[in-house]
Amino acid sequence: MAVQDTMGAESARASVFYDPKVRGIFFQILLIALLVFFGYQIVTNTIANLERQNIASGFQFLNTTAGFSIIQSLIEYSEESSYGTGLIVGFLNTLLIAFIGIILATVLGFIIGIARLSPNWVISRIAYVYIEIIRNIPLLLQIFFWYFAVLRAVPNPRNSVELPGDIFLNNRGIFAPKPIFESGSGLAGIALLVAIAAIFFIRHWAHKRQEATGQQFPILWTAIGLLIGLPLIALIVTGFPIGVDYPELKGFNFVGGLKVTPEFMALLLALAIYTAAFIAEIVRAGILAVSHGQTEASHALGLRQGPTLRLVIIPQAMRVIIPPLTSQYLNLTKNSSLAVAIAYPDLVSVGGTILNQTGQAIEIIGIWMVVYLSLSLLTSAFMNWYNQRMALVER
Amino acid sequence: MTDYAYVRTEMAQEAPPPASEVGVFGWVRKNLFSSWINTVLTLIGIYLIWIIVPPIIEFAFVNAVWTGENREACVGVHGACWAYVDAYLPQFIYGRYPADERWRVDLVFFLFAIGLIPMLIPSVPFKRENIIYMLAVFPVVAFILLTGGDFELSGFVFSDSTAAFWIEYLILTIVLAALVYAMARAGENDPRPGLITVVAIMAAIAIVLGVVSIDFGLEDVETDVWGGLLVTLVIAITGIAASLPLGIAFALGRRSKLPIIRLVSIIFIEFWRGVPLITVLFMSSVMLPLFLPEGVTFDKLLRALIGVALFAAAYMAEVVRGGLQAIPKGQYEGAQALGLSYWQMMGLIVLPQALKLVIPGIVNTFIGLFKDTTLVLIIGLFDLLGMVQSSFTDPNWSTPTQSHTGYMFAAVVFWVFCFGMSRYSIYMENRLHTGHRR
Repeated sequence: MAVQDTMGAESARASVFYDPKVRGIFFQILLIALLVFFGYQIVTNTIANLERQNIASGFQFLNTTAGFSIIQSLIEYSEESSYGTGLIVGFLNTLLIAFIGIILATVLGFIIGIARLSPNWVISRIAYVYIEIIRNIPLLLQIFFWYFAVLRAVPNPRNSVELPGDIFLNNRGIFAPKPIFESGSGLAGIALLVAIAAIFFIRHWAHKRQEATGQQFPILWTAIGLLIGLPLIALIVTGFPIGVDYPELKGFNFVGGLKVTPEFMALLLALAIYTAAFIAEIVRAGILAVSHGQTEASHALGLRQGPTLRLVIIPQAMRVIIPPLTSQYLNLTKNSSLAVAIAYPDLVSVGGTILNQTGQAIEIIGIWMVVYLSLSLLTSAFMNWYNQRMALVER
Repeated sequence: MTDYAYVRTEMAQEAPPPASEVGVFGWVRKNLFSSWINTVLTLIGIYLIWIIVPPIIEFAFVNAVWTGENREACVGVHGACWAYVDAYLPQFIYGRYPADERWRVDLVFFLFAIGLIPMLIPSVPFKRENIIYMLAVFPVVAFILLTGGDFELSGFVFSDSTAAFWIEYLILTIVLAALVYAMARAGENDPRPGLITVVAIMAAIAIVLGVVSIDFGLEDVETDVWGGLLVTLVIAITGIAASLPLGIAFALGRRSKLPIIRLVSIIFIEFWRGVPLITVLFMSSVMLPLFLPEGVTFDKLLRALIGVALFAAAYMAEVVRGGLQAIPKGQYEGAQALGLSYWQMMGLIVLPQALKLVIPGIVNTFIGLFKDTTLVLIIGLFDLLGMVQSSFTDPNWSTPTQSHTGYMFAAVVFWVFCFGMSRYSIYMENRLHTGHRR
């Protein structure tokens, strides 16, 4: 008790000013006061400025007719559609480029990352040079290169480059045959779903059987057989109800078929190639992070090279790879906003057009920020969930 | 003694390794053709090199046109038109900076180089003077040289004359000094150190403002006419210089025990990291003017700079936080046990170790920032890529290979800067790798 008393006397003699608690509260109040002051300034200034420029704030403009066309749209859109529909079109285009870009970048990135570790000198050097060149050149420059120097420089529709499989490449885009599903092809789709469900079931059963008896079941070949076989049988039964719409040169341009715009191709190529360089480095780091002892122990247990890689190395490497990989996916999604530079109609590009037409800067930028922020937060939530699932369970 | 003739009395000569295992042949066999898969891979690799490298060399060197007056020289040539780059080089470096004033930009580049190069070489002495030069002298000189100086200082309260400004400044200094004095008195402390700090800071700001407002007889150059590599470097270097301290501050804020400061830091960091830079730039160019009171305008370049710096600061904060978390708790506790204050603990013990750990991450952020400067062309500033892009509209040089040449030039310039930074960071990492490697 005595000790406590003297200590109490000591702290009483020291000033309140030097009490860390008081100091902390003081600085936090100061911070809040500053933030409130700035917030107040911004709000009052903005209201005054908007009034002066005669801009009505609010989201009513979303229902107004847009009056501009969009070169690529996943949903029904015309010049008579509203601004709101235009923004949705843009958002869907962002998702489309991000989705396909992520798949391509992952495939390319894993190939290059593994090539970088190859004992083959030529292959690993090529991967190294690829990574060092692509990573150190700005993405925007690469997008411009693909768009202006490559895809815009190919011949006009009359002199298109013809690729095998009735695919035509010209400066209006890439034109490919488009399958048309006629009535009756629904059965094939159902067959595909059944095949997928069956594969899951067989996989589960094979695991159980292996745990019980030690016997292995060729899951991979069964899966491939089911995936191809079932829809094929369904198609044969219904008599191939799939037509093909071939692109045809009419006048100055191609009509029909599946059209991929040069804007989409340029952005996709640039994003996939650029992000793949970063993914390759992540994959390399992940594989190197699994210590060599794991490989040796696995060999000592009698596992061959293939199962060692599949059952020992990759599951452990994935633990290191997944978090930075997710952030690369997010980067790719955010980088797809550079579409505005080559006028691929993504969210930012369409929003920019609307912003110029209506002057609703705060609303448009607010929509951008909310959309991208929610994408980020959703991705990081997913990442945390996945991380927890994959994390090392220690005993 | 029996003489066993068949027992060896000396070591046999070592047989040389088989010719297929050593030398160039052995290396090739081992690294390129050890199995049939490897052989196939090697052949694929050589084929890839064969279809990519020779055409590039042919385009850039063999078929290239090196001299010429206009497009006539490059028409019909299947190679790079370097004559066009040569003709446009001043624009790529200075933008539309007036030709007679370009010596000022050159001088700034030179002053930067003589400050930076000795900084980068560890064995050069006078590091302290060098840092003072880079942080205090160079920015002011560069600012005056690039803009022309002669800024008008006008008072806010009394009138808008320069004299009123200085009177107000003096009053502000006295008020601040009085505040510090009162606070020290309330804490029953010696007020002198606080007073000296306040007066020194205010005097330093006054000197900078005074120098900037002097008329050196330099012509005013608006930032609208800046362009090319100049803008790229101004944005990148200012962004780097601003984002590091800001990033450290936000990283410390995020690790702070004070809930509100931590919350504000988290919101700031996650907000900037969650949105693309292009929307940040749009915000700074379209939304920022709305936030300011009527009549107050910001320079377009400055607005972009603020956006880039805040954006980079958020990424920097996360990198630094990684370093702070990697420092064992014992270091913090040891520093506290020695009686160091928070700022002493951070400045002397934790940050030096943490920053050293995350040098690769910091340099990666710098490289990212440098590459991201190209995005300013979307909001209408002409950086290097913007100048290259806008040169394509010139009918004087329009040839089929013009865009390839221009992009190749820009790519090489950016690549040299970024690759140089990444190599230097690897070098520095190895040099500073003390104590952790056994």
